[in-house]
Amino acid sequence: MSDLNTAMIEKYRSNFLKEVEANVEEGEWVKMCMQCGVCSGSCPLGKHWDHPPQEIFMMIRANKRDEVLGTDSMWMCTSCYNCIARCPRGLPITHIMHGLAVYSKRLGLTQKKQPTAEFSQIFWDNLMKKGRVNELKLGLSMYFKDGFGQGVKNAMANQKLGQNMMKAKRMNPMEFFGGHSVKDLSGFQSMVKKAQEIEEGNLKEAK
Amino acid sequence: MAKIELSFYPGCSSQKGATSSNYLVSAQTMCEELDIQLNEIPDWNCCGASIGYGGGGELPRLALSARNIALSEEHNSGQEIVATCAACWLSTREAKERLHEDEQMFKDANAALSEAGLKYQGEANVRHMVEVLVEDIGFDGIKSKVKKPLEGLKIAGYVGCQTNRPFGIAGESFENPKYLDNIVEAVGADSIPTYEKKVQCCGGALAFSEPEKSQEMIKGIIEAAYDNGADMIVTPCPLCQANVEIYQDNINDTYGTKFNMPVVYYSTLMSVAFGRSAKDAALDGQVIPAKQLEEIASK
Repeated sequence: MSDLNTAMIEKYRSNFLKEVEANVEEGEWVKMCMQCGVCSGSCPLGKHWDHPPQEIFMMIRANKRDEVLGTDSMWMCTSCYNCIARCPRGLPITHIMHGLAVYSKRLGLTQKKQPTAEFSQIFWDNLMKKGRVNELKLGLSMYFKDGFGQGVKNAMANQKLGQNMMKAKRMNPMEFFGGHSVKDLSGFQSMVKKAQEIEEGNLKEAK
Repeated sequence: MAKIELSFYPGCSSQKGATSSNYLVSAQTMCEELDIQLNEIPDWNCCGASIGYGGGGELPRLALSARNIALSEEHNSGQEIVATCAACWLSTREAKERLHEDEQMFKDANAALSEAGLKYQGEANVRHMVEVLVEDIGFDGIKSKVKKPLEGLKIAGYVGCQTNRPFGIAGESFENPKYLDNIVEAVGADSIPTYEKKVQCCGGALAFSEPEKSQEMIKGIIEAAYDNGADMIVTPCPLCQANVEIYQDNINDTYGTKFNMPVVYYSTLMSVAFGRSAKDAALDGQVIPAKQLEEIASK
C-alpha cells in the first residue's frame, strides 16, 4: 500500500465522501446524486461495469472506500458524455469517473494490467515526448506492453490493418525515427512539469 | 460571401501520415470552396484527447489546452479557434470553461504557462468546424456551392459522441441531432432520418484497450446503416471515422458478417459535391473505397 494511501486513510478515517470531495476532480458534485440511475442506463459499456456510476455514488456515501477505489469500473468510461447530457441534476459524471480513476491510480490501488489504465498512461507518456502524439509508437507500445513475444503476436494479428492504413497513407513507418513534434519542446515540457508539481503539491497538502 | 478567417487547431491525428490526414486534406479543400481561411495555430500541441486524463490528471491536462489557446491569442489575435477533431474541440472548450469557472485553476494554469513564456487569457471562442458550417455558412450556403449533386446516394449520418455531447451544436438535441442529415441533403444525397445509431458510442479510445467490447458496438453502428439501406456512413469525428472503418475486417472475422461499408467525412462529401477531384477530397485515404464518390468525382 502506498504512503499516500495510508496517509489518506488516516486523515479521512470514516469519511470517504469528504476524501472524494477534497481530492477527486469534480468530486464535490457526488453528494448531488439522487440515485435515479439514468447514468447507469445510458452508459454504452454499462454492462461491463461491476458498479455503474449511480452505484459508485452511493458507495462513496456509504464509505465503501476499498470497493470504490479497487474496482476497475471507472476505466470502462469511453468519454461518450451520455451520462452528462442526461443527468437531471447536471452532475459532470464523466469527469468524476475520470477523477476517481486517476485518484485510485495515484494511491496505487488500480488493478494491475487494467488495459485502459495502461493505455491511458502510454498515451500520456507518448504525447509528453514530443508534445504531439506519435501514432505509430502509440500502437507499438500498446502491442508490446506485455512483452516481446505477445507483442509480435499482436502485431501479426493486426498486420492486415497496418498494411491497409499504410496503403491509405494514414500510417507512416518513418514515424518510428522521430515523427511530428512541437518546436518549443523544452518550454512545453517545463510547463507540464510545473503543472504536475502544482497538482502533486495540492494532494500532499490535503494529506 | 465574405471571407471567414479562423485560428485553426488541426490536431495530432490530422498530421501527415496519421489516421485522419485524409480529414485535413478534404477539410482544406472544403474551406477553399467556402472561402474560409484557416490560420494554423503556430506550434500547437496535443490536447490530451479523451484518454490522456489517466496519465495527466487535471491541471497538466488543462495546461495542454491552455497553451494552445494562449498561442492562438498571441499569434491569431481576435480570431475564433476552430477544430476539426471532436476531441480537440471538446478538450479545448472544456479547458476554457474550467479555467473560467475556477479562479485557482486559472492562476495555476498561468503559473505553468509562464514556464513556456506564455499567458492565458481565455477570451477566444472555441468552435467545431461543423458549427462554422451550420451557423456561418448555413445549409443554403452549402447548397449554393454544389456543382455535382450526390444524387441517388443514401448516406447514414453518424454523429457519434463528442461532436454532440456535452456541448453539441446550438439548437440541436443530444438524442437526435439533425445537422448532419441536413448537410447530406444540402449536397444532394438522401439522408436517413431513421438511422437509429447516429449518436451511439464507437468505443472511442477504448477501441484500442478494449477491442472486443468496442467492436461489438461498432458492429451495431454498421449493421444499422445496412438495415437502413445506406451506401455509406458520414461522420464529423476522426476517431469515429477510423473506428467504424478500419475494424470491419476484424468484425467480419468475429461475427461472420460481410461488412464493407465506406465511412467518410462531411468534408469528403462536400469536396466531391463542390466539383473537386478525388485527390482533393482525399478519397485515396479510404481503407474501404467510396467507389460511388470516386465515380462522381471523375465525371
